Amino acid sequence: MGLGAAMFPNIPVIGSPIHPEAALQAADVAAKKRMADVALNAAKSKGATYADVRIGRYLNQSIVTRETRVQNIANTESYGMGVRVLADGCWGFAATDKMDNDGIARAADLAVRIAKDNAKLLSEPVQLAPQKGYGEVSWKTPIEKNAFEIPIKEKVDLLLAANNAALSAGASFVNNSLFMINEQKYFASTDGSYIDQDIHRIWPNFTITKTDSKSGKFETRNSLGAPMGMGYEYLIPDKSTVLNGIFPIYRTRFDMIEDAKTATAQLEEKLKAKPIEPGKYDLILDPTNLFLTIHESVGHPTELDRVLGYEANFAGTSFLTLDKWKSGKFNFGSNIVNFVGDKLQPGGLATVGYDDEGVKCGKWDLIKDGVLVNYQTIRDQAHILGLNASQGCCYAQSWDDVQFQRMPNVSLQPGKAKLSPAELIKNTEKGLYMFGRNSYSIDQQRYNFQFSSQLCYEIKDGKIAGMVSGAAYQANTQEFWNSCSAICDASDYRLGGSFFDGKGQPQQVSAVSHGCSTAKFDKVNVINTSRKI
Amino acid sequence: MPIYSKEEAQALLKKVLSYSKADECEVSLRGNDGGNIRTALNAVSTAGDISTVSLAVSSVYGKKTGTATINEFDDASLEKVVRRAEELAQLAPENPETMPMLGPQTFKDSIAYNPATAAMTPESRAEMVGQSLDVTKAANLQAAGFLENTTRFSAVMNSKGLFAYDKSTDVIYSVTTRNAAGTISGYAARGFTDVKKMDTASATKIATQKALSSASPKAIEPGKYTVILEPVAAVYMLENMFRFDARSAEEGRSFLSKKGGGTRLGEKLMDDKVNIYSDPFNTELPGPTWNGDGMPLERTDWIKEGVVKNLSYSRYWAQKKGVTPVPGPSNIIMDGGTTSLEEMIKSTERGILVSRLWYIRMVDPQSLLLTGLTRDGTFYIENGQIKFPVKNFRFNESPVIMLNNVEALGKPERTISVESYRSYLIPPMKIRDFTFTSLSDAV
Repeated sequence: MGLGAAMFPNIPVIGSPIHPEAALQAADVAAKKRMADVALNAAKSKGATYADVRIGRYLNQSIVTRETRVQNIANTESYGMGVRVLADGCWGFAATDKMDNDGIARAADLAVRIAKDNAKLLSEPVQLAPQKGYGEVSWKTPIEKNAFEIPIKEKVDLLLAANNAALSAGASFVNNSLFMINEQKYFASTDGSYIDQDIHRIWPNFTITKTDSKSGKFETRNSLGAPMGMGYEYLIPDKSTVLNGIFPIYRTRFDMIEDAKTATAQLEEKLKAKPIEPGKYDLILDPTNLFLTIHESVGHPTELDRVLGYEANFAGTSFLTLDKWKSGKFNFGSNIVNFVGDKLQPGGLATVGYDDEGVKCGKWDLIKDGVLVNYQTIRDQAHILGLNASQGCCYAQSWDDVQFQRMPNVSLQPGKAKLSPAELIKNTEKGLYMFGRNSYSIDQQRYNFQFSSQLCYEIKDGKIAGMVSGAAYQANTQEFWNSCSAICDASDYRLGGSFFDGKGQPQQVSAVSHGCSTAKFDKVNVINTSRKI
Repeated sequence: MPIYSKEEAQALLKKVLSYSKADECEVSLRGNDGGNIRTALNAVSTAGDISTVSLAVSSVYGKKTGTATINEFDDASLEKVVRRAEELAQLAPENPETMPMLGPQTFKDSIAYNPATAAMTPESRAEMVGQSLDVTKAANLQAAGFLENTTRFSAVMNSKGLFAYDKSTDVIYSVTTRNAAGTISGYAARGFTDVKKMDTASATKIATQKALSSASPKAIEPGKYTVILEPVAAVYMLENMFRFDARSAEEGRSFLSKKGGGTRLGEKLMDDKVNIYSDPFNTELPGPTWNGDGMPLERTDWIKEGVVKNLSYSRYWAQKKGVTPVPGPSNIIMDGGTTSLEEMIKSTERGILVSRLWYIRMVDPQSLLLTGLTRDGTFYIENGQIKFPVKNFRFNESPVIMLNNVEALGKPERTISVESYRSYLIPPMKIRDFTFTSLSDAV
C-alpha cells in the first residue's frame, strides 16, 4: 500500500483548500503561491532547514502520422507538486497529485521523514550555496506562436503534405511526428522566491524509408530539423534562414516539406552508395551531426556530479577530474576550441529564466582556448569549486521527480575569421562530410566514442565525390578535439538538440541544445560497419 | 489511493465511460506507488517516495481517434478529459488502420504481485542500502547504488464490454563499487518480484570482488575473441533484438525481412541451442497478462531451436494479412544449458570474460549491428584460467551473429537490463568470434 493519510494524523493545515481546476488557470499565480506556502510551512514545522516546492502542469501534444494517415493525436496533461527538503543535513523528496492542504502537507512531511531516515547514511551534511530570494517573478519562452493554439488541422496538414512530398518522390514509407511541450512551472523556496515560468518546446521528426526488395536492402533518412525551444514559428519556412550548401539546410526556421523532398532524393543515392574504405579521414562535420558529439564528449564530461562520482552507478563518471581543472592547463582541445554553458541561448531546449532550485540562469566558459576552465554546477556542488553561487543547472523532468544537475545548452563558439563549409571542402584532400545524427555511443568516462551520420559524402582533392555507406568515426575525446583544425564562422552557426537526454536513477530525461558551426577534424579513424546476417 | 483494487478501478472506469458520447471509447487507468534511495561515495545522495495515477481516454468516431490523459479524478476533470479526447477525435482525419475495439475477454489472474514488496517503507529501504554500504566500507571501496521498489496497477475498460486488470511489484538494486582513486570498478544488479529474494549485501560482495580483481588492467589488441558474457551483459545486447514485429519485416525494413520480399518466419536464424519465448505465468519472471489492445497474453515461442517461430502481428496487420493476431512479447525468457561459468572459463583457450556492457546503440538496423563497450570487470582468459584484467573494449557486433556463434549456455538467471531496468531470464553464454574494434581508457 502507499503511504496514506492514516500515518500522518497531526499535520497542521495552513491556508484554504484549493480545487485542482482553480490551480490550472495559468494566470492563478496566487493560488499556486498559497499551495506552495502550505508545503513550505509544513516542511519547516516538521524540522526542515530548507525546503523548495515545484508545482508543475505539464502539457504535451503529439501528432503521429505514417504515409497518408494520422495514427494518433494525443494530448497529455500532468499536474502535481514535488517537495524537496533538507533535514538533519540530508535531502528528502516526496511528490503528490493530491493538491488539497492535507495532501500537500502529507507530501512535505513524508519528504522530511525520508530525509531524517537517510541522514544516518550520510557522511557529510549537504552544503548549499547561498541563494537570495527573488520574491514573485516570472519568465516565458519568447515564442511567436503558441503551438498548442495552432489548429490541429493545420499541423496535420503540414505533416501529411511532407509525407506526400516524400511518397511522390518515391519513398516507400514515411513516419512523421510532431511533439509539442508546455511546462508550466511554479517554484517556491524557503529562501523567499516565488517563480512562475511558462516553457515551450517543439520537435518535428520524420524518418523516410526506401526499400529495395530485390536486394533486400533498405535505407532511411531522418529529418534534419532540430527540436527547439521555440513556438510553432519554427515550422513556418523563411527562405532568408536557409543555408544553400550542397543541399538546403535550415537555421532558425525548418521547411519540413522541402527537407522531405531532399531526403527522398538522397535515399536513392544512399541505396547505391559505395562502402567506405576504413582508415583515417579528415572529417567535416555539419552541426546536424556535430551537436551530438558535443553533447556526449563535452556536455556530459563537464557535469560536476559525474566528475565527483554521483553518477557512477548509471551514467558514469568523467575523465575531466578536478586535478585537471585545478591545473588550469588541461589541454581539452586545440586553441580554437571554445565551449560555453548557456542557459539563456535563444531557441535552446535547456533555456529558462530560472533553474529548478530557483537560481537565475546565465552563461559561462567551460573550455576556453582549448583549456578546461569550469564545470556545470548546482547549489550543493558550488562550494566544491570554491564558487559562492550555483550556475543554475538544476532540473527535474516533472513535478514527481527530484531535481538534480542537468546539462545547460553547451555550445561550440564559431570561428572568428570568415570561413564557409565550401572553403573547408576545397581545402580537404581526403575527407568525409557528414550530416545528421545517427548511431552514438561513448564510454562511461567519456574517452572513447563512436558516431555515424544520416548522410556521408566522400571528399577527394577538394571536391565532393559521392556518398559512401557504413562509415562511423571512432575517437578519443581529447585527441578528437585537439584535431579540430577549423571552425566555420557565425553565419553557419546552428542549434541541434535532444528531447531525451537520459540521466539519473530513477532515470529522467531532459531537453538540451548544442550550437556550433561546421568544423573540421584532421585524420580521424573511420570504420566500416556493414555486416551480413 | 495510487494502487486501485480491481473493484475500485472498475468503478472509476465505469463512471468515466458513462460520460462518453463517441462511437467507441476506451478508458485506461495506471498507477505507480514506490520509493527509491540513491547512493554515491558511500552515502545517500537522493531519495524519494512517489505515487501517481493517470487516466487515458481514447475516443473513436468511425475511423477517427483521439486520446487525452489526465491525473485528476474529480467528476469535472473526468468529464473534461472525455470531452477533450472526443474533440481530438473529431478533429483527426480518418485512419483506415483503426480497428473496432475488442469485446469481453477472459484473463487468467496475474502472479506478478507480491505483498511484501508492496509493503516496503523508507525505513526498510534505508536498512537494505545500509547493508550494502557496510560491505563497501569494510572493503575500503566507495559505492554508488540505487534501490527502487515499485507497485503498479493497470486497468482498461471499453464501451464494447472489455475489462482487464493487472497488478505487479518489482524491486531492483544495482551497485557500482570503485576505489577513491578511480582505478578499479565493479558492478552487480538484481531485480525481483519478491523483496525477500533481494540480498543487497551479497550483490555488493560480488561487485566488490569484481572491483578488487580488476586493478592494473593490461591493454590487449582489439579483434575477434571468444567471450563469456555474464547474464547482465548478455541481456543488454539481446534486448535490442526482442521486437519480433511482422509488419516491419514484411515491409522490408527489419533484420527479419527476407531478400526478395516476405519475412524470415520459419527460417533458421541462430544456433540450435537458442530458445527464446514469453510466458506471463513463469514464476521466476511473471509478466502482464494482457497487452495494450486488451488481448490476453499466453506463452509464445519466438525462437525455437534457432528457428524464427512467431512474429508479432497487430490486430490491423493480422486482418490485412489474413492471419491470427499475435501480441508482442510480454516478457522474455531464454532457455539455458547446464554449463557453469567456471566450466565455460575452463574450456576456453583464449577469451574474454565480460561482466557488464555499456551504452549500446544500434548502428545498422539491417544487420542489427550494435556498438557499445565493456565495463566494470573485463578479464583475459588463457588456457582455461582467468589470467589478468584487461582494459575495456568497444565492440561492434550483432546479437543475431552472436546467437549463431553460441558455444555454451549456463543456467538462466533473473537479470535486469542496465539501461531499461526491465527484468529478463537469461543464461550466461559463451560466444565465439565476438568483434572488439578499439580500446577505451575508461574505468
